[in-house]
Amino acid sequence: MVTILFDGIAYGMLLFVLACGLSVTLGLMNFVNLAHGVFALVGGYVASWLMNRHGVSFFLCLPAAFLAAAAVGAVSERLLFRRLYASSHLDQVLFTIGIVFMSIAAVEYVMGPQQQRIVLPPELRGRVEILGGSIGVYRLFIVALCGVVALALQYLLIGTRFGSRLRAAVDDARTARGLGIEVNTVFAITFAVGSGLAGLGGALGADVLGMDPHFPIKFLVYFLIVVGVGGTTGIAGAFVASLLLGIADIAGKYYVPEVGAFIIYAVMVAVLIVRPQGLFARAR
Amino acid sequence: MTAPASAPLSARSALSRGAVPPLLEWAAWAAAVACVFVLPSKLLLLNEIAILALFALSLDLILGYAGIVSLGHGAFFGVGAYAAGLLAKHGFGDPVTGLFAAAGAAALVGFVTSFLVLRGSDLTKLMVTLGVAMMLFEAANRLDWITGGADGLQGVVMKPVLGLWDFDLFGRTAYLYSLGTLFILFMLARRIVHSPFGLSLRAVKGNALRAGALGIVPGRRLVAIYTLSAAYAGVAGGLTAQTTQFVSLDVLDFTRSADVLLVLVIGGAGNLYGGLVGAGIFRLMQTWLSGITPQYWQFWIGLLLVVIVLVGHERLTRGLPRLAAAALRRLRGKADAPGSTRP
Amino acid sequence: MLRRTFVAGIAFAALTAGGVAYAQDAVKIGMIVPMTGPSSSTGRQQEAAVKLWLAQNGGMMAGKKVELILKDDTGNADMTKRIAQEMVVNDKVHVLLGFGLTPLALAVAPIATQAKVPQVVSAAATAIITEQSPYIVRTSFTLPQVTVPMAEWAAKNGIKKVVTLVSDYGPGIDAEKAFVERFGKDGGTVTESLRVPLRNPDFAPFLQRVKDAAPDAVFVFVPSGFGATFMKQFADRELAKAGIKLIATGDVTDDDLLNDMGDAAVGVVNSHHYSAAHGSPENKAFVEAFKKANNGMRPNFMGVGAFDGMTLIAKAFEKTKGNTDGTALVEAMKGMSWTSVRGPVTIDPQTRDIVQDVYIRKVEKVGNELFNVEFAKIDQVKDPVKAAKQ
Repeated sequence: MVTILFDGIAYGMLLFVLACGLSVTLGLMNFVNLAHGVFALVGGYVASWLMNRHGVSFFLCLPAAFLAAAAVGAVSERLLFRRLYASSHLDQVLFTIGIVFMSIAAVEYVMGPQQQRIVLPPELRGRVEILGGSIGVYRLFIVALCGVVALALQYLLIGTRFGSRLRAAVDDARTARGLGIEVNTVFAITFAVGSGLAGLGGALGADVLGMDPHFPIKFLVYFLIVVGVGGTTGIAGAFVASLLLGIADIAGKYYVPEVGAFIIYAVMVAVLIVRPQGLFARAR
Repeated sequence: MTAPASAPLSARSALSRGAVPPLLEWAAWAAAVACVFVLPSKLLLLNEIAILALFALSLDLILGYAGIVSLGHGAFFGVGAYAAGLLAKHGFGDPVTGLFAAAGAAALVGFVTSFLVLRGSDLTKLMVTLGVAMMLFEAANRLDWITGGADGLQGVVMKPVLGLWDFDLFGRTAYLYSLGTLFILFMLARRIVHSPFGLSLRAVKGNALRAGALGIVPGRRLVAIYTLSAAYAGVAGGLTAQTTQFVSLDVLDFTRSADVLLVLVIGGAGNLYGGLVGAGIFRLMQTWLSGITPQYWQFWIGLLLVVIVLVGHERLTRGLPRLAAAALRRLRGKADAPGSTRP
Repeated sequence: MLRRTFVAGIAFAALTAGGVAYAQDAVKIGMIVPMTGPSSSTGRQQEAAVKLWLAQNGGMMAGKKVELILKDDTGNADMTKRIAQEMVVNDKVHVLLGFGLTPLALAVAPIATQAKVPQVVSAAATAIITEQSPYIVRTSFTLPQVTVPMAEWAAKNGIKKVVTLVSDYGPGIDAEKAFVERFGKDGGTVTESLRVPLRNPDFAPFLQRVKDAAPDAVFVFVPSGFGATFMKQFADRELAKAGIKLIATGDVTDDDLLNDMGDAAVGVVNSHHYSAAHGSPENKAFVEAFKKANNGMRPNFMGVGAFDGMTLIAKAFEKTKGNTDGTALVEAMKGMSWTSVRGPVTIDPQTRDIVQDVYIRKVEKVGNELFNVEFAKIDQVKDPVKAAKQ
């Protein structure tokens, strides 16, 4: 029971780190970025490349994955995505799906179609007994790390000047500009951080979820589910939604494996029927 | 009606404007039929395009005319495919009956799910439609004694179309059958979107609140168009099942829903032609590119999508006809050149 | 707007006008495999194997030049069917080859029958496939064929209680059925049968269930791409420490991906029909040539299935002396025997399925690489599902 709950939390936390960037771009900046998984792909591949080719320690690969994905995010925001903030949602969909197709093919061309290998350091392997349940050390690590990330993000968004600038820029970009907020820079930084987190999630998740060129498509649905269920107010919603979905999915598959595949969708549809705007709707 | 007598008249003429197909469109339909003779080796591909066009048309009805976005339109395609496939498998192999069954089954599912879908923001709609489609996918996988599960539904045997034309290996009957269905449903769709009902939908799409103030009940109209669109998608699915005489689980796959959305956006939503044009462009590019590089064609499709957005639909749609006109002129020039065998 | 339709028509004409005129006197093989999408690794392996075969044989079969037409079906059944139909009608191919997944092979079956073109299935592995058309011949394997020996081995080696864990689709269910039946007959009990959804990102809950059931062993089938993830989570959950053995079909320890699974895979006992470590001289030469031609990629059972598909087609053409009639070709294929890189194989004349040795292997470290090292062999296994029907 404890084990299952904990596995669910770890899975949910991973989903959160992977998807929270999307919940910010989609929820706050109103930009439909279906290419979000590409940043996770970047992170996962950078981590496995550093580790397997250059023997870099796993603990250094994680920040490297974050930085690499953030850098790719920043550059692509500047060159590509920024032009589309004002476009229609459908154009954004078309464009970002195009990016997904291109990156899948490009990664396959360069790295081949197979799964990437991440070998965990010995400190993170094995299991520990907590509250009568046996828990994987790595999952514990995931929960701890993602928990810290979530808290830091919440602080960044609510407690800092940057956060209030971002919220202002989102609410009314024109007025924010008038007040001297560099809206473009704020968006660019936000986008880069979100991309970086996806990269971190990709590197962290490679061991649990696998990492191959199709990652952005395979997990797109899950990202969208998290954002949809969480609502568009920001990361708190995404956090709760990730945990809810992670636990429901794992527990469902454990207790009723016959209908395991339905559960995540059923939970999502149920939540959206009760609360059409998601768990945390913005007050209008 | 207290309006002056002339007002209804002009309203009617306003309504009927666009309800009648222009000449050029007839030419396009004629060209599509002529393909049977001009391109006899490509009929299978053309059949696929016709079906994809119908599928995109069904999405256009809700996206272009009612503003309902969907990432799960494949659900209705799949339901239609299984309905038509199962009917034929169990001995009722008449194609046209099968299409009605496909439309009916999909419409039923569409009607029931419309109450879940037609609420919340765009994102909510996307996610609920997606969720419904994924659950249907899992259900079809699970109900393998009915659907054949992941192995697919085999033993679909079709009778001749209208008792006259057998499905052949070359795809001639299949193509004409699908094209005919597309034609009829396209004309019907045009009638519908230019009817008062269609216009009221546009009003709802534009501003639901104001439309409500005009006495239009948005909810009921949206349910109606959603159900109709589901039926259209069901027919497209039914056509696929009948012309390939096989139904596999991927009729309900996420990629099918995503592809049709791409097709429609490429072609442009909200004018009925978009789906048809998009289906042609998408499938032809895919076939052409994957013929050149079976491994990496997705890259080039992706690039195409990116370029379409960066250059802008508007510029492309204005540019293409000009290009076409230039090409035509050049062709005509060649034909008139000395040495031409034409009289 | 309308003009756009028209433009599309013109573009279309331009695209299709570039058709290639083929020589009359060539052997035409239409190969359809998934080259993109989730099953793309199957396509890569098979394409590489076929190209290697052509390179080794100078691009010739029975004295004729081979024309290979390779198409990607993205793993989508209606597209497979359309491509097969076009190949038969337009390109007039003599043989169809490939078919990465069961539904893809089944979708094409009616065409093979109607057009009387041999359909050589070199990948898909559900038992029922060859029953769907008298023109289907298989050079890969069937899951029951490799599962039954595993069940027998388990029963003989002190394993009494097993939980099965398979991917929830055709081949997985085939494997589950075959294992439960055979293992039950041999006196073992299967306490629980778990089916994992195919698009399942996390095996954790299923593995936890296995752990809580505490069987002697868990029998696993997942398609090859999922093997690495599964193996890691198996190790992570310490099922081995809890005394639960892992037995599997060779799909899980796919040779192509085995090295990426790391030490977690060492010691896994599994059964399959091909290992890159198979000791015959033919195989050694094959593995070396395959690696050399493909940038170090190791051949796996998918590659071998396609390689043998080409061998079978060539032998059939030799036997018919270049006659391209489909019925004659299938007749020629029936009962054909040759020494494959996996060992001696025969096409069963009744079922048109392949009869081959199945090996029990254990994953071991040889030098710096992981290999499936064969340690027991069951001679000439027929597909048990069809054998039971006869």
